Amino acid sequence: MSAWTLGIVLLLIKLLVVLVVLLLLAAYLIYVERRLLGFMQLRLGPNRAGPQGLLQPIADAVKLLTKEDFIPAGADRVIFLYAPALVAGTALLIFAVIPFARGWTFRGQEIPGVVSDLNVGLLFILALSSIGVYGVALGGWASNSKFALLGAIRGAAQMISYELALGLALVPVVMLARSFSLVDIVQAQARLPFIILQPLAFMIFFISAVAEMKRIPFDIPEAENELVAGYHTEYSGMRFGLYFLGEYVTMVTLGAMLAAFFLGGWRGPLLPPLLWFFIKVFIVVFALIWIRATLPRLRYDRLMEFGWKILIPVALLNIIITGGVMLALRR
Amino acid sequence: MPEVNDPRRGRVNSLQVVARATAGLWHGFMMVLWHLGRRPITEQYPEYKRSLPERTRARIILTRDPDGEERCVACFLCSGVCPVSCISMAAGEREDGRRFAPWFRINFARCIYCGLCEEACPTLAIQLTPFYEFCEPDILTMVAEKKDLLVDHGGKNHDYNFYRFAGVAMVGDKGAHVDEAAPVDLKSNLP
Repeated sequence: MSAWTLGIVLLLIKLLVVLVVLLLLAAYLIYVERRLLGFMQLRLGPNRAGPQGLLQPIADAVKLLTKEDFIPAGADRVIFLYAPALVAGTALLIFAVIPFARGWTFRGQEIPGVVSDLNVGLLFILALSSIGVYGVALGGWASNSKFALLGAIRGAAQMISYELALGLALVPVVMLARSFSLVDIVQAQARLPFIILQPLAFMIFFISAVAEMKRIPFDIPEAENELVAGYHTEYSGMRFGLYFLGEYVTMVTLGAMLAAFFLGGWRGPLLPPLLWFFIKVFIVVFALIWIRATLPRLRYDRLMEFGWKILIPVALLNIIITGGVMLALRR
Repeated sequence: MPEVNDPRRGRVNSLQVVARATAGLWHGFMMVLWHLGRRPITEQYPEYKRSLPERTRARIILTRDPDGEERCVACFLCSGVCPVSCISMAAGEREDGRRFAPWFRINFARCIYCGLCEEACPTLAIQLTPFYEFCEPDILTMVAEKKDLLVDHGGKNHDYNFYRFAGVAMVGDKGAHVDEAAPVDLKSNLP
C-alpha cells in the first residue's frame, strides 16, 4: 500500500470516527442533560430504558425515525423539507476545524488531531454558525404557522444582537495568537490559556455563544411557554430530530470552541490530550446545563439591548485595551 | 433598596447595582448546585405505590344491599348526570314489582371519574372505589358490563337499604314505617 492510499484510508477512518463520536456525544448529551436537569430539580430524569436509562437516546431515535413526517398544508415544501438539514449540517461542519488532540503517527504517516487545519478556521466557524440561523429563520417561515413565524422572527432578531459581539470577542484571541487557524490558536496557548489573559473576551464569547445556541436564558425563538415550540412547532419525526440534533451537536462544538479559543484546547498536564479535550468540553456542557437549570428566559428586547448596549461596547473596549497592552509590551 | 431607574433618587451607583445583581445570580447558581447533591423526591410508581385515601375516585362498582339484592333500580339518574355519557342501561321490572337493570354498561375509556353518578344515585348502588390500575392496550376492552361492575358487598355503606325507606307499597298503618314519625292529629294541632 502506497503512502498516498494509506493517507486516504486513515483520513476516511478519522472522519468516520469523528462523525460517529460527535453524533453519539450529541445523543448522550440529551440523556446527560435530562438526567442532570432532573437531579437539579429533585427529580430523577429518564431512568427506565436500560440500566439507569442509558438506552433512552436510542429509544428516542427509534421513536423519532418511525414517526410520521408531517408537512402542514400551505407550507413552502422545499424550504420546509431542507431547513432542518441546514441546522444539523452546519453544526456538524463546524467541528471540522476544531483541533481535538495533538495528533498521532501511524507507519510514518502523520495523523493530525484535527479534521482540517483551515488557515481561516475561525472565520469558517463564524460563517457556518451564521448560516445555521438560516435553518431557524427559513424553517419558521416555511411552516406557514404564526407561532413558527414568530419564533423565526425572534431568531433573526436575536442573531443581529449577538453576532457582532460573538465575532468581536474573538478578535483579541486572533491578535494574541496572530492566526485565524485553530491549530495555531491552541499552539499559542502552550504556556498560558487565553482565559487568563482574556477573561472579558471569554465572558462575552460565552454569553453570545449561548445566545447563538438558543439555550436558556436566550431560548427566545423556542420559548415553549409563549410560542408552543417556536420555529420548529410544525416539525415532526426525524426533521424535528435534526433540529434537536443540531442543537446538541452545537453544544459539543461550543464546548470544543471554548476549549480551543480560551481553555488551551487539548493541552493539559498529566492526562492524554484527547482526555483533556473531552474534560474541557464536558465542563462547558455542564455549565450550560447548570445555567439552564438556574436562569429564567430573557425578554427579546432585553437581549437586543444587552447585546448592542453592553456586549458590543465592552468587546470593542477589550480589543483596544488588548492592542494597547500588546503595543506597550513590544516596546 | 434604591430603585435602579427611579429619577427621583438621582443617579444610583451603578457599581452597587452590578454587585447586587452578581450576588443574586451567584446565590441562584449555588442553590441549584446544592440541589444537585440532594436526594430526588420522586416516588417511582410501579415499585412504590402510594396508599390512597378511602374516598379516592377511580373504578366504579355496583353494590348490593344488606339482603344481597342488587341496589340499582335503573332510575337513569347516573346516566343522566354523567357529563361524558359513559353510563348506559335498560330498565326492567321483576315479578314482585321491584325495578332492576337487565343490562348496565360503563365505558371506562370515557369515564372521567368525577363522581357525579355516585352523588346522583338514590339507592347508593353506584360507587367509586380507589382501584385505578385497569388500563388496557385495546380501548374496546375498557367497556365494563354489569357482571364486571357488580360486587357482593355494600361498598361504603353496608347497612343502607333503599326499600326499607321507599319504593315499596305501604304495609301496615301510617307511622309504622322505619324512622317515620307518628301521624299528626290535625284537630289537636290548632293554634
